[in-house]
Amino acid sequence: MSLTTTNKVNDFVVRFANVNGTGSASANFLFTKAIFRMGVFVTPKNIFPSNIQGLPTWYEVRVSEKGYLGRREGIDLVVAVNPQSYAEDVASVRPGGYFLYDSTKKLHPEYIREDINYIGIPLMEMCNAEYTDARQRQLFKNIIYVGALSALFDIEFNVLEDLLADQFRGKEKLIPLNVRALQMGVDYIKQNFKYPLEMRVERRNLIGDSIMMDGNSACGLGAVYAGVTVVAWYPITPSTSVVEAYMDYAKQFRVDKETGKNNYAIVQAEDELAAIGMVIGANWNGARSFTSTSGPGLSLMNEFLGLAYFSEVPTVLIDVQRTGPSTGMPTRTQQSDLLLGAYASHGDTKHVMLFPSTPKECFDLTIESFDLAEHLQTPVIMMTDLDLGMNDHISAPLKWDDTREYNRGKVLSAKDLEKIERFGRYKDVDDDGIPYRTLPGTHPTKGSYFTRGSSHDEYAAYTENSGVYKKGMDRLIKKWNTAKELVPAPQFYQEKNQSSMGVIFFGTSTYSAEEALDLLKADGVVLDAMRLKAFPFSKKVEEFVNSHDKIFIIEQNRDAQLKSLFMIELDVNPNKIISVLNFDGLPITADNIMKQISKALAPQTI
Amino acid sequence: MTYIRPKFRHPELPKNKLGYTINYYEGALSTLCAGCGHDSISAGIVQACYEMNIEPHRLAKMSGIGCSSKTPAYFLSNSHGFNSVHGRMPSVATGANLGNRDLIYLGVSGDGDTASIGMGQFVHVIRRNLNMVYIVMNNGCYGLTKGQDSATADAGSKNKSGNINLFESIDLASLSLELGATFVAQSFSGDKTQLIPLIKAAMKHPGFALINVISPCVTFNNNVGSTKSYDFVREHIEATSTLDFVPEMQEITTSYTEGSSQQVKLHDGSAINLHKLSSAWDPMDRQSAMNAMMNAKNKGEILTGLIYIEPETKDLHDLIQTTATPLNALGKKELCPGASALEEINADLR
Repeated sequence: MSLTTTNKVNDFVVRFANVNGTGSASANFLFTKAIFRMGVFVTPKNIFPSNIQGLPTWYEVRVSEKGYLGRREGIDLVVAVNPQSYAEDVASVRPGGYFLYDSTKKLHPEYIREDINYIGIPLMEMCNAEYTDARQRQLFKNIIYVGALSALFDIEFNVLEDLLADQFRGKEKLIPLNVRALQMGVDYIKQNFKYPLEMRVERRNLIGDSIMMDGNSACGLGAVYAGVTVVAWYPITPSTSVVEAYMDYAKQFRVDKETGKNNYAIVQAEDELAAIGMVIGANWNGARSFTSTSGPGLSLMNEFLGLAYFSEVPTVLIDVQRTGPSTGMPTRTQQSDLLLGAYASHGDTKHVMLFPSTPKECFDLTIESFDLAEHLQTPVIMMTDLDLGMNDHISAPLKWDDTREYNRGKVLSAKDLEKIERFGRYKDVDDDGIPYRTLPGTHPTKGSYFTRGSSHDEYAAYTENSGVYKKGMDRLIKKWNTAKELVPAPQFYQEKNQSSMGVIFFGTSTYSAEEALDLLKADGVVLDAMRLKAFPFSKKVEEFVNSHDKIFIIEQNRDAQLKSLFMIELDVNPNKIISVLNFDGLPITADNIMKQISKALAPQTI
Repeated sequence: MTYIRPKFRHPELPKNKLGYTINYYEGALSTLCAGCGHDSISAGIVQACYEMNIEPHRLAKMSGIGCSSKTPAYFLSNSHGFNSVHGRMPSVATGANLGNRDLIYLGVSGDGDTASIGMGQFVHVIRRNLNMVYIVMNNGCYGLTKGQDSATADAGSKNKSGNINLFESIDLASLSLELGATFVAQSFSGDKTQLIPLIKAAMKHPGFALINVISPCVTFNNNVGSTKSYDFVREHIEATSTLDFVPEMQEITTSYTEGSSQQVKLHDGSAINLHKLSSAWDPMDRQSAMNAMMNAKNKGEILTGLIYIEPETKDLHDLIQTTATPLNALGKKELCPGASALEEINADLR
């Protein structure tokens, strides 16, 4: 059997093939976190079924010395503890890679490949000998294979011990049990195999003060920091953990110490329509409020988003995108709600969208979305996705500046109202398209108005006068133009353009896009790049597009939705755009991007 | 607009305790059909708020879509209002109430807005016992789209086009009782004497208060054969005497003497007779209220008055333990955990 012996220090992919509902997630995370604690870049991807128990689930861990955090194809080692998926798992290993399996039962000949290595550990047998309790037998099987991996990859044992100590803080009795299971795995490898493997982890100091966090938790925490008091939601994968995180942090930080009462309110609504309705009601009343959802929920919220747009009520919605259309693949990722988000609801509507790509940005942009929504008095939709929301990512640490004040927008106080002769809710006083609003209960005799989704004049009175209606719609476009320069600016990867070709990407495509740009550069192909952080497009975005002859747009959907937005909003010639697409539900890889761009750049053969 | 709203008011109009005359509680000129029952309900709301000395800016008007939902423009112009989307007023009211628990929330809806498109939100707002008044202006038909049957139209009722409704009607008051509503009342748009005290009582109720008001549609559902026509309602209405349960209604209770009938004049000059119910009535007992509703239904009567009340009740804020200060009045100090807490969170994520 031949082994490929390239330098694999801190550069490999391990895939865990488990059965869902067997406690494998925490064991697999232990493995990931150990590598993180050894100062090496690591990125896990949970590839899980829309199911609670019994179906195959995978957890892919990429270790990267160079700091590439996107998904990579080619599995170096599979930990196969789910016979249901053996065939697929054996096939997934790259030639020369490893197949670690439970050898309690002899491996069926159909799973034998000549070009890969087998590491059989009798996990079930070991557990049956050690434990009597059925649940323990199942749980410790996972810990034993983590122990085995630590020996194979040379992961420091005390790092694992420290992690277990952290994990079982308050339940210290469990620590020695887990350490014992780890040791069983280590010992089995040491007694039966050559270790460590040529691919292994070496301690580095690459990640500095980075944290490891999932995007949904960062959004939930951001909402607490943003001063959100009202949360309404309807559970839907993959957005559920946004509100769950808000709930946990609110319990920690928002319970009044004297009274024990909550400085927040969470309502689990009857559906997504009600959830967004509650959010609009609360924001109308001056309480910061948001909901989170995913594609199907966003579809349902369309009518209300149109109301918020037209009646100009600040609204924040976090859309954790998943694979559509319809129910699609609820536990797979995509960036396929762009068009729906941008133009949600009937009639002429447009919405501000923000595109975070790291947990830190999830935190920052969630806070920013409230400032923007209140300043602009319009819905702001955070477009995150399953990959960012539900997977742990290495991220710069979260930061909050205590001197920062919330931007509550143009809200008139009772004092302000005293100075105004006649309040006009929809009057463009400042010539920026953003009117002033009042909150109910502000002043006994001034500032009341009737909020409505029907056509209204500057004083919020119903109108069917074409001119008045049109004037209002034109003002909303003026506001839209104001928004363009208020939303987060794009990130450029070069100080000055160096190429006639540019690449545009956003959100979770960023990780692999950056890697692909490096790879192309190594091949002598230099491309300018811009990471988009928001919609509508600012002047700078427009300039980037206009100053290149060809634009590659990388996005994770079938229909090139971001391309459409460029065509619609900036009138970009579609012939100028080359789409780099991925819509299989798995995070896009650098290799995939490379291939598509290289193919487009290759001389055309007839 | 072809109407000119008369601005003139008698200079010596009486003022309430706040120093406001009743016209301070009025709204824009109604654009509903002349004689529409909804306008009487609006007038009832105006009167109730005036007599209750409500600060208009401490009340928020909430509505959905439909003829009924237009009415908040026609009363309390010194209150903020929110005319939301069809069938979704309860959710907007819920959010608004969560944001500021100190205002009075007065919701107005119709039978289409509540019993059809809005049924989901209606039942859930009851479940949550949101502290609000929810008035249904119930005419059994869709007025704005010219008279289609609604879900509260009775089976066998004939609409203006002569079609017989085939489907069972949804009885909102009985349904609310079943769902655990803590204040359930029914009334008739032609009966201001009953309606005004009910509105007052509902505003005082610390939880969800439903007033289902039969409000005949003069344009599309007032024909012979309709069970929501003035004539039919007039013949089948049955008022309770439980109104004396509400303090503001002392003067009314005297006008309903047990076993007597009461003549009520309607907009067209006709009248209906209201009868007092049996003394066995206990509006604080849900079972007895449900029985009374069922008995009335079996007799083909429309029961009006205060059907059920649970005076001591926990509203949504009580249930989820929200702080006494309105959430929209909390500032950064109470809301933002700050930089040092974030440093600790970062440390836990390493």
